[in-house]
Amino acid sequence: MNAPQQGLIGQSVRRREDARFLTGRGQYTDDIVLPRQTFAYFLRSPYAHARIKSINTAAAKAASGVLDVYTGEHFRSIGGLPCGWLINSLDGSPMKEPKHPILADGKVRYVGDQLALVVAESYAEAKAAAQLIEVDYEDLSPVVDAAAAKGAPASVHDEAPDNVCYTWGCGDKAATDAVFASAPHITKLEFRNNRLIPNAIEPRAANASYNPGDESWTLYVANQNPHVERLLMCAFVLGIPEHKVRVVAPDVGGGFGSKIFLYAEETALTWASKQLGRPIKWTAERSESFLSDAHGRDHATVAELATDRDGHFLAMRVHTTANLGAYLSTFASSVPTILYATLLAGQYTTPKIYAEVTGVFTNTAPVDAYRGAGRPEATYVVERLVETAAHELGLDPAEIRRRNFIHSFPYATPVGLTYDTGDYDATLNGVIELADVAGYPARKAVSEAKGLKRGIGYSTYIEACGLAPSNIAGALGARAGLFEAGEVRVHPTGKVTIFTGSHSHGQGHETTFAQVVADKLGIPIDDVDIQHGDTGKVLFGMGTYGSRSLSVGGTAIVKAVDKVIAKGKKIAAHLLEAADTDIEFENGVFKVAGTDKSVPFASVSLTAYVPHNYPLDKLEPGLNENAFYDPTNFTYPAGSYVCEVEVDPATGQVRVDRFSAVDDFGNIVNPMIVEGQVQGGIAQGIGQALLEHGIYDVESGQLLTGSYMDYAMPRADDLPSFQIRTAKGTPCTHNPLGVKGCGEAGAIGSPPAVINAICNAIGVKDVPMPATPHAVWQAIQASR
Amino acid sequence: MSQKTTLKVNGKTVTREIAPDRLLVQFLREDLALTGTHVGCDTSQCGACTVHVNGRAVKSCNVLAVQLNGAEITTIEGLAAANGELHPMQAAFKECHGLQCGFCTPGMVMSAVDLVQHHGCGSEAQIREGLEGNFCRCTGYQNIVRAVQLGAQGMK
Repeated sequence: MNAPQQGLIGQSVRRREDARFLTGRGQYTDDIVLPRQTFAYFLRSPYAHARIKSINTAAAKAASGVLDVYTGEHFRSIGGLPCGWLINSLDGSPMKEPKHPILADGKVRYVGDQLALVVAESYAEAKAAAQLIEVDYEDLSPVVDAAAAKGAPASVHDEAPDNVCYTWGCGDKAATDAVFASAPHITKLEFRNNRLIPNAIEPRAANASYNPGDESWTLYVANQNPHVERLLMCAFVLGIPEHKVRVVAPDVGGGFGSKIFLYAEETALTWASKQLGRPIKWTAERSESFLSDAHGRDHATVAELATDRDGHFLAMRVHTTANLGAYLSTFASSVPTILYATLLAGQYTTPKIYAEVTGVFTNTAPVDAYRGAGRPEATYVVERLVETAAHELGLDPAEIRRRNFIHSFPYATPVGLTYDTGDYDATLNGVIELADVAGYPARKAVSEAKGLKRGIGYSTYIEACGLAPSNIAGALGARAGLFEAGEVRVHPTGKVTIFTGSHSHGQGHETTFAQVVADKLGIPIDDVDIQHGDTGKVLFGMGTYGSRSLSVGGTAIVKAVDKVIAKGKKIAAHLLEAADTDIEFENGVFKVAGTDKSVPFASVSLTAYVPHNYPLDKLEPGLNENAFYDPTNFTYPAGSYVCEVEVDPATGQVRVDRFSAVDDFGNIVNPMIVEGQVQGGIAQGIGQALLEHGIYDVESGQLLTGSYMDYAMPRADDLPSFQIRTAKGTPCTHNPLGVKGCGEAGAIGSPPAVINAICNAIGVKDVPMPATPHAVWQAIQASR
Repeated sequence: MSQKTTLKVNGKTVTREIAPDRLLVQFLREDLALTGTHVGCDTSQCGACTVHVNGRAVKSCNVLAVQLNGAEITTIEGLAAANGELHPMQAAFKECHGLQCGFCTPGMVMSAVDLVQHHGCGSEAQIREGLEGNFCRCTGYQNIVRAVQLGAQGMK
């Protein structure tokens, strides 16, 4: 591609990063081997809840190849892992924040809790030596189930004797209760939002080294936000100088939220690398990933929708107990509160909403953001209630939605958000056409002729993405800013390197961001390189999560590009002997308006670095600009999904036959990549609805789904092909690209569509997620 | 007790003393620095480590290197032509956006090549069943299926 590239936005440019991934040249953390490399193994608790009476590491230390063994006492004077969001309870008291030690100290609080670090010359030696560590445990009874945690006999932490971290509320309780007291119709559901285990295919990994020559650290880590990782580790845990630590998140094999967080393992490695003076590498075995990656979801909810007889929504009331696990992970507190209850308006004008959330500690792995993070749980509440209400009131599920859609923007919800734009009728009408709802009765007849039950289910979701306006987030308890940073470095020859604080772990930023820059600068896309994931290169960054990369990170880049163009105009004005204000920039060329006098971008960049004929008295040489962008609002992607299932009533087996999605992401830079994001999100959503469930034994606290033999990850033959339309929607009104974000939509919108379809097929009010054959068969039997 | 083992890896003959408990994937990644082959699980479920052994797809986490004396191994690094031209299946994965994070991709491509070589293209259902041994968490498999269909045309 040598021609100037204006018009690149909106094109399905094939991904530039694919070449290295397809030829085995990707470089993931475990691929990196440093000189004098050593290897780590973490000894993990086999008990869900136990007091550590003693640990004897003498035999392990003496074992072959072992360099040292560390336990909780080594980290006693060091900070615990911090939580990045303060939630206050209804009574005004701050959430309980017990220390989250780097290695368990005194007690272990979940199966997999790390309590010793063994470093050896080889991984095999470290692992073998760990088996020689003698731990004398006093087994305590565990708290496992969220719904039973509050006031359970056992306490996970002394600081929270009733196991309650917070009881938080959102919305107007009194006004909502008043509506319910006289409501003509109330739809009520009680359900679980099942615990999920993220399962990025690349396990977590880290490789930490200390250089005594300049007293600096380098940490390679599979992570979605290396600057945040560095800040939290340096400032809140280890107390080491931030500017002497370089964190590199190289190619990262999927994240889905699970690699946002600061974990104990990389923190311990960073600390120990200085003690040993050698680099230390750790890569999780998959069994460790199951036990120790932050899990997702795990809500117990009672939800009610008050309507009139015509299906107009009057009020919604939600009580949720959220399982936070044994410790507060980095953003754990915000997920079932700020990212959940604020989405309960959905796409509707429900006038009164109240939600109350009790966050509880249990003896299970920490729970934090997983693709969608609170918004799938909210969408499940809203869309299950809406569809159930439609059936109870004898209304078409599409019609009840239309009667309650928001039509006027901006729209301030009763739960704190202001939607800037949307067209929910358009996406609903679009999906009804795409899904061929008109042909549904004929398909149902065909299924019934085969002895199968067919059902159809809708979901019209909304999400708040583009996290986030820092001042609003701060007022809500965020302890971090949520802007993004970008730098545009124009080289003398007119080639451009972009440094972005966003991080790609599958999202294709090296292509999408380059399309944006090449389009704006009118230069070939091959002249643009995208660098990310290295605090040693990128000025700053908040990273990638919450579908924020293009809307926030992309906007930071656009703002920096605008600065480059503005400076370029001044240089061009000097070269062309014209006034700055007379210079236009188009298609990679600076020209004097209304004349044929022009100078190309590369000449301007060369002049900036060889400033012989240059206004040095009023302009610095060089062409390198950066920008920080803090959004003024969230973005509000929305869409409509329709699912059709066939259920075998004899076995309860569910097959997703058709799944159609129409999404409004505002403007789209690369439709191919966007559709890929939606496909992947829907697959995870169907996984939640039909297959996946992180299950702990309630008696012992053992993780029963600790391997791919037990945890049902969606395989290729579990899924159909989806019909997806992401045609131009309503552009976001407050970022220059008009983009909203697409990474989480599929996982947010799809679970209720699937469950609604199953309920419709078998004629029941509810089936639990995951709707396994056993669960569906039981629901069928119970309804007879 | 190490065993002297000779293998042909991506066309080159390699003779090494290999410990009897060394998995093929460890030998490839750690001894030969062929890090394109990935490890995604410890129960031979995920398929990220799939390579070709004597022309058949094998999960390299599930076979000992010393078992393979005399075998021909092809990894993702050896799939493209010597001049760098991508194998039709590699090219199809790029064209169809059949990969996102890239971690499962080497194993997925090696499985897909084996599937097409031994079973032809097949229907969508057959492709999905044929790739059942390889997890992908990013793509939802849809574009992988399209890529296999396109790659199969290129392999004819």
